[in-house]
Amino acid sequence: MPEGILCNKNKVTTLEHLQALLSDKSGKQYYQEMNNLDVDSKALWDLVQKTCKSRIRTWLDICTHCGLCADSCFYYLANHKDPQQVPSYKIQSTLGQIVRRKGQVDNAFMQMAMDTAFSKCTCCTRCGIYCPLGIDTGIMFSYLRGLLFSQGFTPWEMKIGTGMHRVFRAQMDVTTEDWVDTCSWMAEETADDWPGLEIPVDKQNADIIYTVNAREPKHYPEDIAQAAILFHVAGENWTVPSEGWEETSLAMFAGDWEACKMQVENVYAAMERLKPKRMVVTECGHAYRATVIEGPYWAGLKSGKTPIESLHYVEWVAEALRSGKLKIDPAKKIKEPVTYQDSCNYIRNGGLWEAARYIMSQIAEDFREMTPSREHNFCCGGGGGLNGIGRYREQRNIGLKVKRDQILATGAKLVVAPCHNCWDAIRDMEEVYEIGIRWSFLKPLLINMVEVPEHLKPAE
Amino acid sequence: MYEFVTGPLAWLAFLVFFIGIIVRLVIYVRGLDWKLDRVTYSINTSYGVKGAVRSVLFWLTPFGTHSWRDNPWFTLLVFALHLGLIFTPLLLLAHNIFLQERWGFSLWSMPDALADTLTIAVIASAVLLAMRRIALPEVRIITSAYDYLMLGIAAAPFVTGLIARYAYAHSEPWLVVHVLCGELFLIAIPLTKLSHFVLFFATRAQLGMDYGIKRGGMKSSGINW
Repeated sequence: MPEGILCNKNKVTTLEHLQALLSDKSGKQYYQEMNNLDVDSKALWDLVQKTCKSRIRTWLDICTHCGLCADSCFYYLANHKDPQQVPSYKIQSTLGQIVRRKGQVDNAFMQMAMDTAFSKCTCCTRCGIYCPLGIDTGIMFSYLRGLLFSQGFTPWEMKIGTGMHRVFRAQMDVTTEDWVDTCSWMAEETADDWPGLEIPVDKQNADIIYTVNAREPKHYPEDIAQAAILFHVAGENWTVPSEGWEETSLAMFAGDWEACKMQVENVYAAMERLKPKRMVVTECGHAYRATVIEGPYWAGLKSGKTPIESLHYVEWVAEALRSGKLKIDPAKKIKEPVTYQDSCNYIRNGGLWEAARYIMSQIAEDFREMTPSREHNFCCGGGGGLNGIGRYREQRNIGLKVKRDQILATGAKLVVAPCHNCWDAIRDMEEVYEIGIRWSFLKPLLINMVEVPEHLKPAE
Repeated sequence: MYEFVTGPLAWLAFLVFFIGIIVRLVIYVRGLDWKLDRVTYSINTSYGVKGAVRSVLFWLTPFGTHSWRDNPWFTLLVFALHLGLIFTPLLLLAHNIFLQERWGFSLWSMPDALADTLTIAVIASAVLLAMRRIALPEVRIITSAYDYLMLGIAAAPFVTGLIARYAYAHSEPWLVVHVLCGELFLIAIPLTKLSHFVLFFATRAQLGMDYGIKRGGMKSSGINW
């Protein structure tokens, strides 16, 4: 059974394997090897029989092919209503075929299914709320990604990402030392302007354990400093764990459910070890979805909940504003028109739209909703891991048009995007389409407008 | 022949229908898996029930959801079709007279004019929905012969019913054909995708529970379907 050196059915479990993948520029060799990768139809069918139960089978069976899902899909709209972008068509011609053909599919089919699952669906689940029968195609595509992953058919970056989670328990090569050092570095740098500011690592029994996206220590350490400043101003008793600080899950995008479990158990172990009261997740949508919404199920927690109560960053901000822990200087509110990007993962799939609205009502004088918004909002165009996959860059950029037009229609030039994926997609949108917009997480905006208590101000 | 199709064959059709839909529901519920579906169905039940009820009721209401409102003509056709499909056979005077004669009970009967209107609405909706399948590229691409067959099976008892009532009144052959079509419809419900007769409630409730329990239902007032 031909298996490539880089592209194969094995999981990436060693640093050497990971480095070999990383040194294959743009996955050239990886994708060449994929052309020769055999499909183990028996294993595929066995997996389908074990995991494709009545929910998904019924969805596939009773779809009445009414086509109402078409207009709900931003890909369909962005691609001039190409019928091949209708969610029902996309899933029936991929997962539907695997089930109907009892796993008897070939390499070309699997590559087509991979291309469809990653470049024609971001698993935003919007179609699910427009289907009269409640058929959630996004969930099925996520499931399909898992089947494809088990056979080695996953984009190069996803293979690397899952390997990162397995080796580093983070989506990037950030070690415990790197992370702790970054926290100390940021605490030192920030304490000059904010006397008494700390980033406490592994503090027991804190009120809040704060967890992040590995991109923050790797590329945007100032985000950690900003979080520290806001916790400091709010007077929170908080900590970060030295282990179990990473919330994201490229494994979820890839459908590597085993790695998903490993990743969230690392975070839950930190909760058990440090016994904080609550967890707050940084401004990341899929991180919250992975660790707070789906994670308990991967870890087999029968309550369906994380070991301690967990909040997305917008929930913490809304609560801090309501309770007065954070006070906004009215003179410093955002004056210009501003809009808000509702992330699929914590808004549609997390129910947090009211927290986001409350924050905007407190920080902006001219807040403009996108149309549609809240749980009906469109994906930013870069969700489901798509931002990070080079093979599908062109398709991603086409998909961005729907969000671009939504933003333009508001008349706002500033987009608040408290989600790493959305933030990236909007940044790239500006690069590709040059529409003259700016985008921001909440933290830097809040720091500029919170009232700082006298005792926290630096001595003149 | 008439005795046979309205006797043993009718019993068989009702048997397949009732047992079939129960079996479909039981299989569906038994196949739900909290770990695979990632929904704690039997814990956090109150959130699940709330989510399920909302999910079903919003979608049972004409123009009650964004999707229904975004597609008003389709919504009109779908509700006309389904209301006619369900209520005409149950509340038709002729059926109730028959029920009274054979089994000694009957339901409330609707006026014949209303029954005729509903029957014509069913046929017209089926024809227009079939035309929609041809006309719209996004529907055409996912349409197969099976979908037309489903529309045909659903509309057949109504077409033959009208013929038996008006075109060939008191013609036994047409009555037999009408009864056979009705029985085919009953049998097809559990055995084909017409099983959405019951599985609509199952899948809607499932997604409602998913959103109600896991995807934000505990932190919001619920999805505004």
